[in-house]
Amino acid sequence: MRAVLEPALRRYGAPLTVTLLVMSAAWVLLMIALPQLLMVDYSLRPMLPPSKLGGPEDVHTLRNYGTLWSNAIHLGIFLKTVWGSALVTAVTLALSYPMAFYLAQVAPKRKLPTLVLMLVVPFWINEILRTFAWYIILAYNGPLNALLVGLGVWAEPVRLLGGDGGVIAGMVYVYVLFMVLPIYNAIETLDRHQIEAAHDLGAGWIAIHRRIVVPHAKPGIAVGCIMTFMLAAGSYAVPALLGGPQSRWFTEIIYNWFFEGGNWNQGAAYAFILLVLCVGFILLMMRLFRVGLTDIAR
Amino acid sequence: MTAAGLRRLMTRAYLVVFFGYLFLPLGIMAAATFNASRFPTVTPWRGFTLDWFRVLAEDLRMWQALGTSLLVGAAVVAVAVPLGIAAALLLDRLHGRARTLLYAVMVSPLLTPGIIIGISTLVFWKQWFGVTGGLFLTVVAQSSFIATYAMLMALARLQRFDTSLEEAALDLGASHWQAFRRITLPYLMPAAYSSALIAFLQSFENYNTTLFVRGVETTLTIYIATKVRTGLTPAVNALSLVLIALTVLGAVAYEIMRRREARAAEHRAP
Repeated sequence: MRAVLEPALRRYGAPLTVTLLVMSAAWVLLMIALPQLLMVDYSLRPMLPPSKLGGPEDVHTLRNYGTLWSNAIHLGIFLKTVWGSALVTAVTLALSYPMAFYLAQVAPKRKLPTLVLMLVVPFWINEILRTFAWYIILAYNGPLNALLVGLGVWAEPVRLLGGDGGVIAGMVYVYVLFMVLPIYNAIETLDRHQIEAAHDLGAGWIAIHRRIVVPHAKPGIAVGCIMTFMLAAGSYAVPALLGGPQSRWFTEIIYNWFFEGGNWNQGAAYAFILLVLCVGFILLMMRLFRVGLTDIAR
Repeated sequence: MTAAGLRRLMTRAYLVVFFGYLFLPLGIMAAATFNASRFPTVTPWRGFTLDWFRVLAEDLRMWQALGTSLLVGAAVVAVAVPLGIAAALLLDRLHGRARTLLYAVMVSPLLTPGIIIGISTLVFWKQWFGVTGGLFLTVVAQSSFIATYAMLMALARLQRFDTSLEEAALDLGASHWQAFRRITLPYLMPAAYSSALIAFLQSFENYNTTLFVRGVETTLTIYIATKVRTGLTPAVNALSLVLIALTVLGAVAYEIMRRREARAAEHRAP
């Protein structure tokens, strides 16, 4: 322990080092690690009235996790959340990659600060407000229906709110910048000469992207996909505002266990399943793009 | 048309579509504020009005929610920024496995869905301390991940720190505390200001985490979401418009600050 802290002690002295240690420990233990561990422990116990806590029935069990498998509706919503989040991630990636490439390699240096600012500013705007904007667009008497009816695509307005389609469209909009920025940062470090050399040697645009740009952008793509998937799978705001009873998201089921079903143990189990899903996705991306944790958590 | 000309045209079209996609929804939402319709929309247009700003200004619960948000935001800045800076100072002096492990745990909240941060905080404080949802837990839960931003920003700045300054101070007889107070801390102040701004905005706009730990408290973001679902009028658009205007001002100010800082760092570099 002392050897680990030696550089800190030499630089800051003992009182200051202890202060830094106590503050860091308060954050890491009381606010991050212990709550997570307790949530898992809680999820492994049955819900009991206070009188039975600590009694013979208060044992660890996997029953709360079994609920997801035995409840067909919940399982269906869980699986939909998985593929829905994957779809949001894929669409967002397709939308973002050209923009990231343009900004990093094509855009004139003079215009770049303005363009980046234009991308970053909407990113700062409250997620609820960006979701609300889509609520207005998708409303039954809203501009999208008016436009499509006006163009003759539909004979009369269609219900766009309250379904999975609206939720997914809203998520793509709300999370797209979490994809653009990491990919932009990754492609920005690519030496433009590599692209020019490949071009001079006769490589087409597809080959240049496949063989040079995408391999270089891998860590950025991985980070963008991880963030987008995590945000989509864990989103409560977007399905709550744009969805309806027919398009419930897994987060809404978790919320209901806590505040309507009143079974926190069950809710904690579902929350942990969501966390495992996100960690699983991180590992999958690391495997797929062959990047390490240090590339991701920079 | 030449191939290069066609590519330029397509690039331009893509840019227009992409930025249109980013800004048009916000523009439509803003425009609906001025439509004299009971439901916020731009179609059909029923005439120009500023009345929804008056309705908004007379909404007492909105003002209460704003007060709650400002209070929580200030508390989160006061908790998360010092914690993040302390953690960065510690990390900066650690090496090897201890550093890697600690860093991973400290960054993990950014990769954890917000609702799980809220849930784990709620369960933990209820079980160990009997504390239920409310302002206190809202501040704790939000700070647990907002401190990560402060830590990352302070750490990035520390990595450019010329440690010989500290060493010189110590060699010349300054106490550890003096060297820290007169050299390290002033050097970190720009990062502290930036992270205070980020922390406040993150707290102000937080929904997913707050939803689980708020108890009966209502922040402005929670209030907006509730309004959209029950009792939506264009007053919500008026509020959104005000918030977006403030956010844009804040974002532009922050970007200018950050760029000035980056240019200064470039000049200083040998």
